[in-house]
Amino acid sequence: MKSPSRRSFLKAGTAITAAAAGLTPRVAQAGPANILSPDRLGVLVDTTVCIGCRNCEWACKIAHDMPTPPLETYEDAAPMQEMRRPDETALTVVNKYDHPARPDLPTTVKVQCMHCDHPACVSACIVGAISKQADGAVLWDTDMCIGCRYCMVACPFQIPAFEYHKAIQPRIMKCDFCTDRRKEGKLPGCVEACPVEALTFGPREELVRVARDKIRRNPDRYLDHIYGEREVGGTSWMYLADRKFEELAFPKLAQDPAPGVSESIQHGIFAYFVPPVSLYALLGAVMWTTRHKHDDEVELL
Amino acid sequence: MRPQPLDRKFLTPGVIVLLLLAANGLAWLAGRFLFGIGAVTNLNNQYPWGIWIGIDVAAGVALAAGGFTTAALGHVMHREAYHVVVRPALLTAMLGYTMVAVGVSIDIGRYYYIWHPLIMWNGSSALFEVGMCVMIYMTVLYIEFLPIVTERFIGRVNLPGPLAGLNAPVDRLLRLLDRTLDRTMFVFIIMGVVLSTLHQSSLGTLMIIAGPKMHPLWQTPILPLLFLLSAVAVGFPMVIFESLIASRSFGLKPEMPVLGRLGRMVVPLLGIYLAFKLGDLFIREAFVHLKTVTVESVMYVVEILFGIVVPLRMFMTRSVQKSPLLLFVAAALVVGGVLLNRINNFVVAYTPPYATEAYFPSIGEISVTVGFIAILVLLYRVIVLNFPVIGLPDRTLMPASKYSVRG
Repeated sequence: MKSPSRRSFLKAGTAITAAAAGLTPRVAQAGPANILSPDRLGVLVDTTVCIGCRNCEWACKIAHDMPTPPLETYEDAAPMQEMRRPDETALTVVNKYDHPARPDLPTTVKVQCMHCDHPACVSACIVGAISKQADGAVLWDTDMCIGCRYCMVACPFQIPAFEYHKAIQPRIMKCDFCTDRRKEGKLPGCVEACPVEALTFGPREELVRVARDKIRRNPDRYLDHIYGEREVGGTSWMYLADRKFEELAFPKLAQDPAPGVSESIQHGIFAYFVPPVSLYALLGAVMWTTRHKHDDEVELL
Repeated sequence: MRPQPLDRKFLTPGVIVLLLLAANGLAWLAGRFLFGIGAVTNLNNQYPWGIWIGIDVAAGVALAAGGFTTAALGHVMHREAYHVVVRPALLTAMLGYTMVAVGVSIDIGRYYYIWHPLIMWNGSSALFEVGMCVMIYMTVLYIEFLPIVTERFIGRVNLPGPLAGLNAPVDRLLRLLDRTLDRTMFVFIIMGVVLSTLHQSSLGTLMIIAGPKMHPLWQTPILPLLFLLSAVAVGFPMVIFESLIASRSFGLKPEMPVLGRLGRMVVPLLGIYLAFKLGDLFIREAFVHLKTVTVESVMYVVEILFGIVVPLRMFMTRSVQKSPLLLFVAAALVVGGVLLNRINNFVVAYTPPYATEAYFPSIGEISVTVGFIAILVLLYRVIVLNFPVIGLPDRTLMPASKYSVRG
């Protein structure tokens, strides 16, 4: 959707809007600028290895104390017949995509929060209840959230879910990168549960090297694209595949941080409160100069 | 003649219908508080925002723009002749923003945390700015309305029974309040205009972060500018619309010369909005999306054609400016056009990447929204029957401006 011409227009539009506010646009500072640690963690998902056993779905529910059916029931592949999304009852799901070349071996893809480096949800949240942690996780704080669901509007991956059927303290539900488990020195639940090591947990920079290496050594096995390396400015979770990511229902996204234009407009309008104060002064001047004007202009039309 | 409380009966057949609609809305609203948002609305993880945001909040703010546009015209530019419409517009804005605040509170999952943005700030969030501006502006509107309250009661304080002894002190307090407001009101009036331009535009910034999830006919980086221009353009039509309904409802002579002049002023405002809207469409080459007939393309064309082009042409015509009926139709078209624009931006244009079904508001959502509007109209009626808001038309005795910069 975002062609080069569209992008250049986005910039032009920002300039117009900012000029209307009477100033030059400032460069977008998407997200908290200096919180990204070079050691931040991530997960590399190799969809060519995933066998679609759905053990990660089960482990995720266990890790988050959610109602969990017995592991045996996950052997049933029937739920994968339809396209599912993470929701308030399941923070991760595995979807199946038929492979045109080999009908017996479909591609299966685990879906969860991507933990963006410049998250739109963090930028959008009205009270700052969502934050990007130094270790890479994007976390939601129940004590601050007011339940406005603007994070859901903002998320380019359509990830945050909301407990619509709770009258009191409904929560925003999404993958929390198993922060509690990791504090105890454990792996994220899904990574630990994966029987084929389709999920690799580690420092993000390391994972990018691993992924590049895999592609270089097996050029026939992989598409030369690490999804999440650059999309919306980079994500902590990244994917490898043997075919185009659009075929696996990944959204085609530009490389600008997701909140980009929105934040530069917001900061432009409020640059050191100069525009509002100037407008105030201007209106005050008009009010002063016209104060003795007593028009009787409403002549009959 | 000065504005004065209207001497009319409260209950009429129309009022009874409104009361029923209000009761129905409140009943559905009770369901939301007892069983959660999901029990009453069609909102889900694909469509987090529906008409409660699109109409109650976004359109509510836009259609309350008559407040700041008439304040700018009447008080800032001192166009005294228009003062007759300033108070009704102020009342509409005050009630409109109250509805917006209530609308937000019921739509958020944790209504009891509505005060959080006051102490938990996120400067990069457009919603935070909208929230803060709306909160402050609503306070400003209440302050701007206070002189109408003091005017109503000064010299007429009549407390019941044993409290009667307090009549004189209360009266003195009101006079003090009135004098203080008189001297400081210009601060609030300018503040109201500044706050309005800020959050009217920031409401447009809201959906920019949705990026490709928003249909390209509406997704543009100049959304804040379009929202501001449309709010400025809809201000006077809303005043005309509401003034003509009120005249009709209360059996008063319509303020035609003033309203006709306002109608003429709409022409450049609406024209600028149209120019930016079309310019944006062509620069982004988004018009290609109009080649196919979809819900989006039809809604876009309806919005432009009947919400802007037709009323623009009408307002340019002298016979329209003189005819209450035609003026009403033109104003109603602009009001409907901006209402549709906000619905389009927040609901129709929102196309999530993994949508399995389309969103259409539930009976509960519609009932609550209609109920709120009914309550708004009822409150308007209660207030103009009891407070000096509407001036009886008599152009020779126009009241002088009450608030002006001293010096």
